[in-house]
Amino acid sequence: MFFRLLTFWMPLTWLLFVTLCTVTAGWMPMPAPDIMDYDHQNALPGTVLIMPETTAGALPEARSRVCWLGTDAMGRDMLSRVIIGARVSLAVGVTAPLIGLFIGGLLGMVAGYFRGVTESIIIGFMDVILAFPGLVLLLAVGFYFGTHLWTLIPSLGFLSVPAFCRVSRAATLQLAGREFVIAAKMIGNNNGAILVREILPNVAIPLCVYGLIIMALMIVVEGVLSFLGLSVPPPTPSWGGMIAAGREVLGEAPHVCLIPATVLFLTVLSLNVLGDTLRGWTRPQ
Amino acid sequence: MTETLPLKPRLETPNPKPETLLRVADLSVRIDTRKGLMHPVDHVSFSLASGRTLGIVGESGCGKTMLCRALIRLLPPGGHIVRGAEMRFNGVDMGALSEKSLSRIRGRDMAMVFQNPMTALNPVMRVGKQIGENLRLHTATARKDVCDAVVNCLRQVGMPHPDRYVDCYPHQLSGGMRQRVVIAVALCCRPKLLIADEPTTALDVTVQAEILRRFDRLQGESGMAIILVTHNLAIAANHADEVAVMYGGKIVEHAPTGLLFSRMRHPYTRSLMGAVPRLDAPAGEPFRTIEGQPPDLSNPPMGCGFADRCQYVRPICHRAAPPLTGCKNNNDHRFACFFPLGDGRD
Repeated sequence: MFFRLLTFWMPLTWLLFVTLCTVTAGWMPMPAPDIMDYDHQNALPGTVLIMPETTAGALPEARSRVCWLGTDAMGRDMLSRVIIGARVSLAVGVTAPLIGLFIGGLLGMVAGYFRGVTESIIIGFMDVILAFPGLVLLLAVGFYFGTHLWTLIPSLGFLSVPAFCRVSRAATLQLAGREFVIAAKMIGNNNGAILVREILPNVAIPLCVYGLIIMALMIVVEGVLSFLGLSVPPPTPSWGGMIAAGREVLGEAPHVCLIPATVLFLTVLSLNVLGDTLRGWTRPQ
Repeated sequence: MTETLPLKPRLETPNPKPETLLRVADLSVRIDTRKGLMHPVDHVSFSLASGRTLGIVGESGCGKTMLCRALIRLLPPGGHIVRGAEMRFNGVDMGALSEKSLSRIRGRDMAMVFQNPMTALNPVMRVGKQIGENLRLHTATARKDVCDAVVNCLRQVGMPHPDRYVDCYPHQLSGGMRQRVVIAVALCCRPKLLIADEPTTALDVTVQAEILRRFDRLQGESGMAIILVTHNLAIAANHADEVAVMYGGKIVEHAPTGLLFSRMRHPYTRSLMGAVPRLDAPAGEPFRTIEGQPPDLSNPPMGCGFADRCQYVRPICHRAAPPLTGCKNNNDHRFACFFPLGDGRD
C-alpha cells in the first residue's frame, strides 16, 4: 500500500499539480515573470518586498508582498517564473514525444508487420536519423529558422522517432507471430484491419509507457539546450533557462539555480517512476 | 446455430463433385529458415467429403500443423507451397485464388481452431467482439443483432451463461472457456470445413471430451467436414471416420478408422499404437517407445523416413522412398511401405 503510494500516487499527484499550475498560471495572483526589480536582486525565498509607492491611491496592504521563492539575479519573481517556465518545459516535454510516438509507432508497426522491403526501407531511414548528430540538426534548425518553441518541438520530435519506431517494431514482431493474429487472418480480415484491431491495441501499451520515459528525457534535453542557447530565447522563462541563468550566481544565491532544478528533478523523477510502475503493471497479460 | 444467419453471397463456382469437399494432391511445403530449407510437408495427397472427419495423427514435428496452415494458406513467414500442388476446395482451385478471394473463403467456408487457446485470442479485446468480428466480416447481420448472434454462437459451443461472458476479456476466462470462444469464432459462420489443430491438447480430459462431443454434434447438424489433428490415438479412433498417419512430412498410412486400427500395414503405425500406455499391462513393465529420432525435416532422407527406426528394414528402404499406394483388395487403405505388415508376416 505504502509502496503503491510512493510509486504511483505521489508521482501522479505531482504531475497533475504541475499541469494544473501551468494551465491556471494566467489567473494566479502573482507578478508577471518578466518584471524586473533591481532593488531586490537575489532575494531569498520568503522575503517580504515593500513596493515603492508608484501607484497613487493603492491600498496600504497592496504595497508589500511575499516572494515565496525569492527573486533571481534581475529581481524577477521566482515563483512566477517557475510556474510560467513549466509551460515551455511541459510543451516541449509532452508534444515532442507525442510527435515521435505517432510517426515512429506507425512506421514501426508497418515495418514489423509487413517485413521485407518495407521493413528494410524504414529501418534504413531510422538508422540514418540515428547516425545523424542530433545537436547539429538542432543548431542548423536554430540557425535557419530561429530558436523558438515551434522549431524546437518538431526537431526534437523528429529526433525521437527512431526510438519509438524500434519499440513498436519489436512489439509488433513479437505479436505478428502470435496465434490470435493468425486467427484474425484466418477469419478473413485484411492487413489494415489486423493492424488497427489486433496489433495497435497491444502495441499501444508498451509505446505509451515508453513515451512517459521519453517525456522525462525531453524535459532534461530542453534544459540542456538552454545552456547552449538553443531553447526558447531569454525573456520567456523555462526551467532549463532558469537553471542556466542561476548558475552564474550560484555562490551568493544558490536558490536561483536550485529551485528550478528541484522542480525539474521532481518532474523527471515522477515521469520515470510512473512509467516504470505502469510498465510493471501492464507486462503480464 | 439455432437460427439461420443471412449470409453474404458466396464466392460461387459450380461444384463438380459435390461429395468431395476438399481434394489435395501432391502438396509440398517448404520453409526458408536460417538453418536451411525445411520440408515440413512432402507430397501429401488426400481428399475429404462433406460430413466426414479426417483424423491426422503423428508425433510432434512431423508436419501436421504446417499441413493445416498450408490448407488455409496461412504459412509462417518464409513458408511457401511448392508449385505443382493441387488444392481444390468446394470446387475452387485454392492455389489460383488471390489474397482477396481467399479472405472471403477463410473464416466462412474454411475455418481453423488453434492449438493453444491461451494465445489464440487477442488479450485486449472482449471475447464478444472477437466473435462479432467474424460475423461482421462474413454475414449480413445487422449491427444491433450481432450481440444476440454472438450469445447464440457461445451457447452453441456449450458456454454456460453466454450473455455473462461476452463482455469478458480472455484473461478472465479459464482454458476450457477460452477454447470454447476460439471454437465459437471458427464455427459462427458455419464453415464447410473445420480444421482443428490439436483443439484439445491444452485442455483437461473432461473438457476435452465435452468439446469433441460438440464437434460431433455440430457436424451432424450442419454436415461440415472436419480435419482433426491430434497426437492422441484414442481421440482419432473415437471421432474420426478415416485416419491419416503422418511421419516426417509424409502420409505413411491412410485408411478408414476401423481398418487402420485393426489391420495396420505400416510398421510406423504399429509402433505408434504400441507406444500407447495400457492400463491392463502388467505393473512394472516399462513404457514402450519408438527407438531413434524422427527424420530431420531440413535434410530429408532419400529413402523411407522410417527406415532407421524400422525393425523390418531392408537395404532398398534406405535407397528409395516407397510410394503411397492402395491396398490390393481395398483401395481406401493406402500405405507407403515396401514390406507392409500382414503380407505373410505378423
